[in-house]
Amino acid sequence: MYQYDKYDQAMVDARVAEFRDQVRRRLDGSLSEDEFKHLRLKNGLYLQLHAYMLRVAIPYGTLSSRQMHMLAHIARTYDKGYGHFTTRQNIQYNWINLEQTPDILAELATVEMHAIQTSGNCIRNISSDHFAGAAADEIADPRPWAELLRQWSTFHPEFQLLPRKFKIAVIASATDRAAMRLHDIGIELVKNANGVLGAKFFVGGGMGRTPMIAPCIREFVPAEELISYAEACLRVYNRYGRRDNKYKARIKILVHEIGAEEYTRQVEEEFAHMKTLGLNPPVAELARISGYFADPGFEQGLSDEIDRSDPDFAVWVDQNTHPHKTPGYASVTISLKPTGGIPGDATADQIDLMADLAERFAFDELRVTHTQNIVLAHVRKADLYAIWQQLDAAGLATANLDLISDMIACPGLDYCSLANARSIPVAQKISQRFADTGRQRDLGELKLKISGCINACGHHHAGHIGILGVDKKGVENFQLLLGGSAAEDVSIAKIVGPGFDEDGVVNAVETVTNVYLDARQDGERFVDTYRRIGMEPFKEALYG
Amino acid sequence: MTHVQICYRDDAPVTDATASFGDFVAGSNAAAVRIEPGEDVRALLSHLGQISLVEVNFPAFGDGRGFSSAQILREAGYTGELRATGDVLVDQLVFLRRCGFDSFAPDKPLNLDDVEAAMSFFPEFYQNTSDGVAAIWAKRHQVAS
Repeated sequence: MYQYDKYDQAMVDARVAEFRDQVRRRLDGSLSEDEFKHLRLKNGLYLQLHAYMLRVAIPYGTLSSRQMHMLAHIARTYDKGYGHFTTRQNIQYNWINLEQTPDILAELATVEMHAIQTSGNCIRNISSDHFAGAAADEIADPRPWAELLRQWSTFHPEFQLLPRKFKIAVIASATDRAAMRLHDIGIELVKNANGVLGAKFFVGGGMGRTPMIAPCIREFVPAEELISYAEACLRVYNRYGRRDNKYKARIKILVHEIGAEEYTRQVEEEFAHMKTLGLNPPVAELARISGYFADPGFEQGLSDEIDRSDPDFAVWVDQNTHPHKTPGYASVTISLKPTGGIPGDATADQIDLMADLAERFAFDELRVTHTQNIVLAHVRKADLYAIWQQLDAAGLATANLDLISDMIACPGLDYCSLANARSIPVAQKISQRFADTGRQRDLGELKLKISGCINACGHHHAGHIGILGVDKKGVENFQLLLGGSAAEDVSIAKIVGPGFDEDGVVNAVETVTNVYLDARQDGERFVDTYRRIGMEPFKEALYG
Repeated sequence: MTHVQICYRDDAPVTDATASFGDFVAGSNAAAVRIEPGEDVRALLSHLGQISLVEVNFPAFGDGRGFSSAQILREAGYTGELRATGDVLVDQLVFLRRCGFDSFAPDKPLNLDDVEAAMSFFPEFYQNTSDGVAAIWAKRHQVAS
């Protein structure tokens, strides 16, 4: 994985010094809270319902054991002993003191980490495929491109005060594991007719109040022009994105209002100008970065045999491992969705254990997934049982990847100052209702996503089943949505009908899964059946 | 004229009164022009020879359109004074400088000690901009940027 050189290290060290000075000026009163707010947000520091929350960047979700241990150390030393892995492949701490934040950043900087631009109206952490470098179906590792973009976007002087936040994802396979087209910019690496790698640009996707699927605006951007093309996309947005209404300020609204064709025309015009300005690093820079992402020394000729004599282990292998490009290896997903747990939460001890396992069994590397789980990307199949035993002892061996209890949920009204409703209790009750693994596996792949308000941090628009918490005259109310997807079959879910109370929505989820079980045909997932039979049968069962 | 608190130019700040963008593009022969967010700075590009001061106003610091306006002027070869006015805050200075601003007339005067500190934190930058400072990638590969 990527390692800092002296320039990268100087950058994060400088940030620590700068933020320490900003906190000092806040504490001595020379900065008002209003002035400081924008500065702390640029560093991922929110003021939530009960305390400050700090969001730490995990670029494209990849980190080393050493970095993972640091996350555990911070949870233990500065928080209440746990952290929350997020849908941007980052981690958040919920109980932070402002005064200690510069020290936390200084500790992070010792392991090449930071919280730069994890909030604010700027380019956020760049996300990617959590199986990058391991998946059998990718045409290249997307992370060097993401790293190139990370460096370009870090403290980009022109794009620090965009109309609104800006999220970029990079993938490199036809299978989309990163919700690519629901990003402000989604990039899919593709090969042109000559077999040369380049970037296909999708611009103007997003969730939030107005969900949109990003249209393709360019089929192929050569590697050596990636930065100037991205810069052109951003400049058009910075100049013409709406600033009169924060709910209409994302780039998706601009692209929608002027049309993808007109947006593309403006970008191309800007790009023609920009590519003459010397903005693009030489191809040697992408090559330099790519060198850090070379395959670790995979052993050749390993057996694909797995001893499946322990039935619980066998279920976990079937559910939570993914094919690896190298024979004898697999990618393991560690579920952070135990029955009755808080999706994405992990204790300091669990974080340390995952780091230890990565160091011992997985070439010292971990991934955070946008679905709030942890991946060990390169594991020998012969080691799976030993890994499973240790995970199981730590409550980390839930065999539910991509099943109904592997849900995304935002922190909701238990933590978040924007929320209208509590997402976590709904998530907990659903996972308890469907606790039986056999029942979940019978339901098959089912992406359930829960947001506690219309800002959609829990990706409810993209759920096969989505749940949206709203405030109805002072009472929490939950709307049910069906038919969304964040994958390559991307679609936006639709609201079924009137909302439910907390227990009512748990019952409603069960009802719609029963409709599916009755109606499904061979091999259909929940969402396939929904697409075939439409909303009516579900509506009838819920309200009929 | 607005009060220039900080100037990074060798010459003194321009003292001409500024024409509004509207008046300027309507055919004024002014040498100084003031632009607001949302006004298309590209309309000035064919008149750069006559301009010695462009004032870019920031009515609210959170509106970042002025950063693009400045970049576009510098990319087009404008070498005259480029002044940021309005809600200009100390923590924006390093970014404003990188986008080509070389004088500052903030509504609320800045603490000069804080300015000096803010300008000194970052030794290098990842991007190539019009400020002429070599990007980190150029130093890594010893190429011109």
